[in-house]
Amino acid sequence: MELVCPAGSLPALKAAVDHGADCVYLGFRDATNARNFAGLNFDEAAIATGIRYAHDRGRKVLLALNTYPQASSPEVWRKAIDRAAQNGVDAVILADPGLMAYALKHYPELRLHLSVQGSATNYEAINFYHRHFGIARAVLPRVLSLTQVEQVLDKTPVEIEVFGFGSLCVMVEGRCALSSYVTGEAPNTNGVCSPPKAVRWVETPQGRESRLNGVLIDRYADGENAGYPTLCKGRFDVGEDKNYYAIEEPTSLNTLELLPKLMKMGVKAIKIEGRQRSPAYVAQVTKVWREAIDNCRDNPHRYSAKPAWMSGLDKVAEGQQHTLGAYHRPWK
Amino acid sequence: MKLALGPLLYYWQRDAVFSFYDAVAATPVDIVYLGETVCSRRRELRLADWLSIAARLLEAGKEVVLSTQVLIESGSDVTTLHKIAEMSANGDFMVEANDMGAVHCLEGKVPFVAGPHLNIYNVPTLQWMATLGIQRWVMPLEMGRDDLALMQQGRPAGVQTEVFAYGRMPLAFSARCFTARHCNLPKDDCQFRCIEHPDGLMLRTRESEGFLVLNGIQTQSAKVYNLLPEWGAMRDLGVDVVRVSPQAQHTPEILTLFHSAMTGQTSTDAAMQAMAGLMPDLACNGYWYGKPGLEQLATQPELV
Repeated sequence: MELVCPAGSLPALKAAVDHGADCVYLGFRDATNARNFAGLNFDEAAIATGIRYAHDRGRKVLLALNTYPQASSPEVWRKAIDRAAQNGVDAVILADPGLMAYALKHYPELRLHLSVQGSATNYEAINFYHRHFGIARAVLPRVLSLTQVEQVLDKTPVEIEVFGFGSLCVMVEGRCALSSYVTGEAPNTNGVCSPPKAVRWVETPQGRESRLNGVLIDRYADGENAGYPTLCKGRFDVGEDKNYYAIEEPTSLNTLELLPKLMKMGVKAIKIEGRQRSPAYVAQVTKVWREAIDNCRDNPHRYSAKPAWMSGLDKVAEGQQHTLGAYHRPWK
Repeated sequence: MKLALGPLLYYWQRDAVFSFYDAVAATPVDIVYLGETVCSRRRELRLADWLSIAARLLEAGKEVVLSTQVLIESGSDVTTLHKIAEMSANGDFMVEANDMGAVHCLEGKVPFVAGPHLNIYNVPTLQWMATLGIQRWVMPLEMGRDDLALMQQGRPAGVQTEVFAYGRMPLAFSARCFTARHCNLPKDDCQFRCIEHPDGLMLRTRESEGFLVLNGIQTQSAKVYNLLPEWGAMRDLGVDVVRVSPQAQHTPEILTLFHSAMTGQTSTDAAMQAMAGLMPDLACNGYWYGKPGLEQLATQPELV
């Protein structure tokens, strides 16, 4: 089982490699990937250095080109494929069929992974991309229960990668336009969700307010921890229920305790979310997961998620709390 | 330009669904999309019921398309998909594919409609999808008129374009049911509570501003996308079909007003005025102008 870790910068990439990642995934510094944040991601020089650093140590580099090419500029995404192939990445992570067709035609040797943004939640969808583009791996959206993951594994020749840890999208990836409804920019189109430029913090007599393009997302009383206003993680009113997390709490996905089951099912890779996070986060999370995966592989029957691992991860988790998400049926 | 009624996104009592489509049959709508696209737990109508509604609509001279579920997770969801694909291959009806699993079951066998959630955002992808046998594609909700114009320039021959032009927008889908969550019930024992909310559940900000509508696993815009004033621009861009999305109240009147405006029987201004009292919330059109979807901009002349 491969451990796939995020890198938003060269120091984060080095932290991932040094702490035991098998693969590091990253993106170019533009809208071609789903973490298009200012100051983040890799320019030409950094990517070359990063690939050399990883390859020298026997690790792989995966490049996320997982937004949807926009009608006015599909050539930007095509050039990104060219650059990826020329730089010698080990695989590209794609969501758009037109882009896959381009990659297959021009770089038949380039390994293709289906991004979580491709919204393939069932074996028919995954096998569709396999049949047409020969995708080697699919990343599953964070919506399936463990049983459903197993059903997919039974019916596809494609390697399956699942999310293990990190900020939780409660919506199906690739099927959420909430952010563009409020701000004009969203993951599919711009590679961002609830972008920082639309965020405003306002001190009021009722408390500290977070607003996204003017829409009130949350309001915090004195002493309450204020979180980033990701719009699905705010507090709202529905009917008589006032001021509750109607969609999702600010929380992180953490599947450490499911590791033996995932391994036994034949899940090929575990993905850690967080290209927008610091090198210290990457180091901490990679270290814990490396130890857990090794421990589980060597002693699957005696494996249990150690309290020290869990608390180490909770420290860096969104909202300092964790959930099993959709893998655990009652969450739904 | 033809007028379509999109799939019913809410969960209604069986009788209410039948009477709704009886009323629809009497409107000037050309195409009607049928079927459950949101949640497989909703079982007031079985596939056979949808087929009997389809038969009535065909009799009334409507074109009927069966829409597939957007989020397909379980083995039984896939089985339903296979059944629908098989019936389509037998020539019973055309299908709107709403995920790539559905596309996989239909491609090369029978013409189909590529639904609004397939994420066709650029010309190369539209051209590639056309090779699989799409007869029509529905523009993503987020797409604006400038990008649509580029898509139309590169559109392959024989492929029609449809635009979601009226209704609360289905913005997001989740494995979680937000209606059940609101009722403190697990999804597996949801007690079908969404049937109590024929237009969904309004989610408001803490300033009591209507923001989103919870409809089971689907999240919609509170505001109503209304592109009626843009119908001339859509016609000039070569749009073939304009889609209205169902609501519990006034859908036949909305369809009739679209038809009257698009055929010149009523002025667009008069039709918009008549709609003001029929819409469940304020109008928005931001996406059409490349802005945040919830904004409402004054109608602007087309770019050259």
